[in-house]
Amino acid sequence: MTDKHQTTTGATVIRPLYRRPTALKATPTHYCPGCGHGTVHKLMAEVLDKLGILERTVGVAPVGCAVRAYYYLNCDISEAAHGRAPAVACAIKRCLPDRIVFSYQGDGDLAAIGMGETIHAANRGENITVVFVNNTVYGMTGGQMAPTTLTGQRTSTTPGGRDAVLTGGPLHICELLNALDGPWHIERVALDSPAGVRRARKALTTAFQAQIDGKGYSLIEILSPCPVHMHLAPVDALRFVKEEMTASYPVKIFRQEGKSLA
Amino acid sequence: MADRVLMTGNDALGEGAIRAGCDAYFGYPITPQNELTAYMAVNMSRLGRVFIQAESELAAINMVFGAAAAGKRAMTSSSSPGISLKQEGISFLAAAELPAVIVNVQRGGPGLGNIAPAQGDYFQATRGGGHGDYRTIVLAPDSAQEMHDLPFDAFALADRYRSPVMILSDGRLGQMMEPLVLREGPPPPVPPKPWALTGAKGRPANMIRSLIMEDGALERHNHNLQAKFKRIVKDLVRFEERETKDAEVLIVAYGTSARIAKGAVIQARAQGLKVGLLRPVTLWPYPQARLRALAARLKGIVVVEMSAGQMLEDVRLAVSDSVPIAFVGRMGGGVPEERAVLSAIRRLAKAPRQRTTGP
Repeated sequence: MTDKHQTTTGATVIRPLYRRPTALKATPTHYCPGCGHGTVHKLMAEVLDKLGILERTVGVAPVGCAVRAYYYLNCDISEAAHGRAPAVACAIKRCLPDRIVFSYQGDGDLAAIGMGETIHAANRGENITVVFVNNTVYGMTGGQMAPTTLTGQRTSTTPGGRDAVLTGGPLHICELLNALDGPWHIERVALDSPAGVRRARKALTTAFQAQIDGKGYSLIEILSPCPVHMHLAPVDALRFVKEEMTASYPVKIFRQEGKSLA
Repeated sequence: MADRVLMTGNDALGEGAIRAGCDAYFGYPITPQNELTAYMAVNMSRLGRVFIQAESELAAINMVFGAAAAGKRAMTSSSSPGISLKQEGISFLAAAELPAVIVNVQRGGPGLGNIAPAQGDYFQATRGGGHGDYRTIVLAPDSAQEMHDLPFDAFALADRYRSPVMILSDGRLGQMMEPLVLREGPPPPVPPKPWALTGAKGRPANMIRSLIMEDGALERHNHNLQAKFKRIVKDLVRFEERETKDAEVLIVAYGTSARIAKGAVIQARAQGLKVGLLRPVTLWPYPQARLRALAARLKGIVVVEMSAGQMLEDVRLAVSDSVPIAFVGRMGGGVPEERAVLSAIRRLAKAPRQRTTGP
């Protein structure tokens, strides 16, 4: 993106307004049109650049759509078994305390199969940053019900809509983890508008800065569109995030500097 | 000679791992290996190394994965049901070619079983254990001294072959106290680990993965792994032999069963029976060639195990039908008795020598 300016002498100067962050590789992503993962990757890359920590950052990718995050983010990255990213991440952090370590996880990985690791890493106050992308479905495997699927939402395994009596209701991770003493910062944001994207960038900056300062565990939940498995056009998927998801998952800071704001 | 100390096998193994340069240990309570976790809790923390009591066996093995990915010497320990839980992680370690040490202080099974010593996890340990085509180097101690010494080999081999290494012990070896000599000197040297995830300062970013989706790439990766396993089979076989020179009957046993077999050899020799022992120290790779060479002049083989006969299959694979094989086994925490081994020896010794028929 560029901006054209007329100088006093009348010459036109083209000044770049936006460059790809150093932390983002020049690789087209495999994500579906309208998916939020690409936006989250870009935001993380911007934050890693801005904080100057790219060369000492180690990431842990989940099993799920973001498993190949190492193709897009230009830092050291390990895969983890399904749900175990926090265990892998906290071991790396304990072994290399001066590195910056994050896990990047979807709702199935973090809130279903990996709930044990999620809660215990948070409860130990591990000095890691967890980036939690909640799009209410298992994306990679074809749109099955996730723990965060909304009541009534249709998925391939809840063809008649999620019935809370049979399957439970949406699982609220921020609210759940805020009941613990361990975490330093817990915040939920939504990629539902340009303002929401800017807020997500700010939340990620807060979380990584907290780790740099040695403050402990932070989790940023990012409500994110999955048009294909929400069965919506990309614009409608954004509306779904803005109207229906945020109604169940309020966008706010739950915990700041180790103190609950809820 | 260095002073001898009296230690349980579990403590001896913990001290061995520490002296072998273990940087990070991750455990979860399960009997009969709890003393090892407690030993590491005290001593890793005292040395400023990493110790975490994990929330589960799954977390513990994946913490091992993380520490290994960071280039550190990492270890976990457990007992049979807990090792089953770790198998997914061990498959991932093998796939990603990460060095790590896993200790199994076996107990009776299947299921929750009991907390008595057993050897029912031999198949699981030597055949890979988790999903996919891979093998894990398996080392089997038969004394507190070897519980102490084998971590040195395990960490060195894990680093050399970038592979998970299992120490397959049992509850009896873990719990019993024996005198031993503590290892002095430096830990085995750590090779350069340019693949480790340490932050991409001054180099391209590293990745550690086991998802290999590119067309044909996973098959190539598997061929590379198989080539490595072939190298291990060629380089690594280790065993102990006793009284095999003139032996007509050979006992094959490992771990606690080998301790009983050693007693049986002494008793049999006192009775004038020509009996020897082959004790595999590496269960994978298995000392097949040595066993085949010995079998040529035997009247029979007695396999002793605390299982329904699992290593027995490796003995059969090695010698085929060239020599009669007797099996003495106990399950569910039972330990074979010397007299049962002796009567099997006597039966085989009485029989005329088998003629090996050609193909």
